Formats: sequence, C-alpha cells, structure tokens
Amino acid sequence: MNILINGKSQQLTSAQNLTDIVNSFCKQPKHVITELNGNIVPADRWAQTSLKDGDALELVTFVGGG
Amino acid sequence: MTDTPLVIAGKSFTSRFLLGTGKFKNKQDLADSIAASESEIVTVALRRIDLERHEENILEYVPAHVTLLTNTSGARNAQEAVRIARLAKASGCGNWVKIEVINDSKYLLPDNHETIKATEILAAEGFVVLPYISPDLYAARALVKAGAATVMPLGSFIGSNQGLKTKEFIQVLINEIDLPIVVDAGIGAPSQAAEAMEMGAAAVLANTAIATAQDPAVLAHAFALAVKAGRMAYLSGLPLQHPVAKASSPLTGFLYNDVPAN
Repeated sequence: MNILINGKSQQLTSAQNLTDIVNSFCKQPKHVITELNGNIVPADRWAQTSLKDGDALELVTFVGGG
Repeated sequence: MTDTPLVIAGKSFTSRFLLGTGKFKNKQDLADSIAASESEIVTVALRRIDLERHEENILEYVPAHVTLLTNTSGARNAQEAVRIARLAKASGCGNWVKIEVINDSKYLLPDNHETIKATEILAAEGFVVLPYISPDLYAARALVKAGAATVMPLGSFIGSNQGLKTKEFIQVLINEIDLPIVVDAGIGAPSQAAEAMEMGAAAVLANTAIATAQDPAVLAHAFALAVKAGRMAYLSGLPLQHPVAKASSPLTGFLYNDVPAN
C-alpha cells in the first residue's frame, strides 16, 4: 500500500502500525511527534494505530530555532 | 543589589536572557552557549523529520532545568500556529509556545492580527503563550486580553543585528503593558541587550548574533553579563538624559576669581 509520509509517497509491503513506521523511518525516534490525516496521535497510541492505503502521515521533531 | 526573579506564568527565573537555538554550526557550540548564557529558557522550532539523513536530537543538548519554548516558525496564519503548538505539546516537552506568524519573506515581520487570534485559542487551551509582535500598543493590549504570558516585541528585523530600531515603541509597551516585555529579534550585540534592559525590559532574547559569532559561547557569556548590567542599571533608577552639559565637579571654590565663561 501507499502512504504519504512528510509529503512523499512511500510504499509499504506489509500492514504496519505507527510504532513500526516511526522506528523504520526515523533515524532518531526519540521526540518524534506524529500527525495522521491531520490528527495528532500521541506516542502511547502508536502501537494500536495501523496505517491504511492513502493515509497521510507527518513525522515531526524539534530542531534549532529562534 | 538584589533583584526580583523574572516570573512568567507563575514560574520564576533568575536569568533574564533567553537564547534561541537556530543556526549554530554544531551542537557542541550550542551546548556550550546555553551553559555560558545562563539562560533558563531556550527556543526551538518544529520541523518535518528528514527521512534521508540522520540528524542529532537537539533536545539532548538542552539541560533538564531549562524551560523549552517551542516557536511556531513556518506558520503563516493563526491556524497553522495553533497546529504547530499542539504538535509541540504532544511531544510531552511542555506547553510553552512562542507564537510567530510570518507571511512576508523579505522582512519577516510578524502578523500581529493573526498572532492575537492564535494567542486567544492557545491560551484558552492552557498553553503558556509568548507572542512575538511588531511593537504596537493596541496589539499588546489585545494580547493581554487574549491571555498572553508575555509580550515579545521585535527590536529590528530578525537576524539583522540592527539592535533597537523600535526603541520608542518598545518603551511604550514597557510603560503601559502589565506583562513581562521580552525584547526579541535583531539584538546583535551585548550593548543592545543592555540598552533594552536599561529601558526596563523584563528580558531579552537573542539567537543569530551568538550562533554566528566566531566563538558563540564567549559571546553568549558577554550577553549574559550585559543583560545583568542593563538590569542593574534599570533598578538603580538611571538618571535622565539632558540636552546640555551638567558639570560633574563643583562649580564653586575655583582658584580664579573670574568664573569660567558661561
């Protein structure tokens, strides 16, 4: 299935939950915040949140800023 | 001389200098600068993760006692600022947010109107809101009403190092607004930070000047000292300026009978 991660199309070969996605796509999974189809998903709900075809996921984190 | 702490939303701070974490050449410079600045509040931004390359987690370089203030940079209107603030809160790293709404890429001036709207929404949701604005009395009053924790007027354009170009307007806010006034943006040298504190600003935020200095930690320390010096001068009851000279030495008991001309 295809999902959109940070605006880019990504092919997933198997059904995955959000924990799997964060761990496989984020090289630094600490302090990652997720927004699925416009809704924030808290880290404690990642494991029970499975992705489906066409989902749009945002993976964001903190960077330097003034 | 003893000073009262800086209090923002009920939380007390000894330091009156806030440090931004953008543009540092490396994370070690950032860590050293945070330590040297003695800052107890640092700003960070929120961005999409780069899925292609490994980036260090900036929060690893921010000591635990330091309050994290996430800015909403990238937001072009109130709704986008609210979205960023909510995402930041979901990280579990606190609910302090610096509202920054900008939709002009040349001058990077904040949109006061959208900033007020975002402040209303986020303050009602329990965020501690520090809005960044162009210094304007009516905007500042609206922010007080909206539940802002401070008002952060810009000294000059972001990253310009031009200092207090808006000095008179910031002074109006200091005089009239019953919230801590934190001077933000354009502060390019310790002397400018001291000047803001002498005027009675509650605190100063700097980023670019320090991050782009040859030795950031040394400049961070210089800023910390300047903010303290400026604050001390303000508390001393700094005398007024005069248009003409006023002698420092007595004008009596001269060695000559004829008094100096004039």
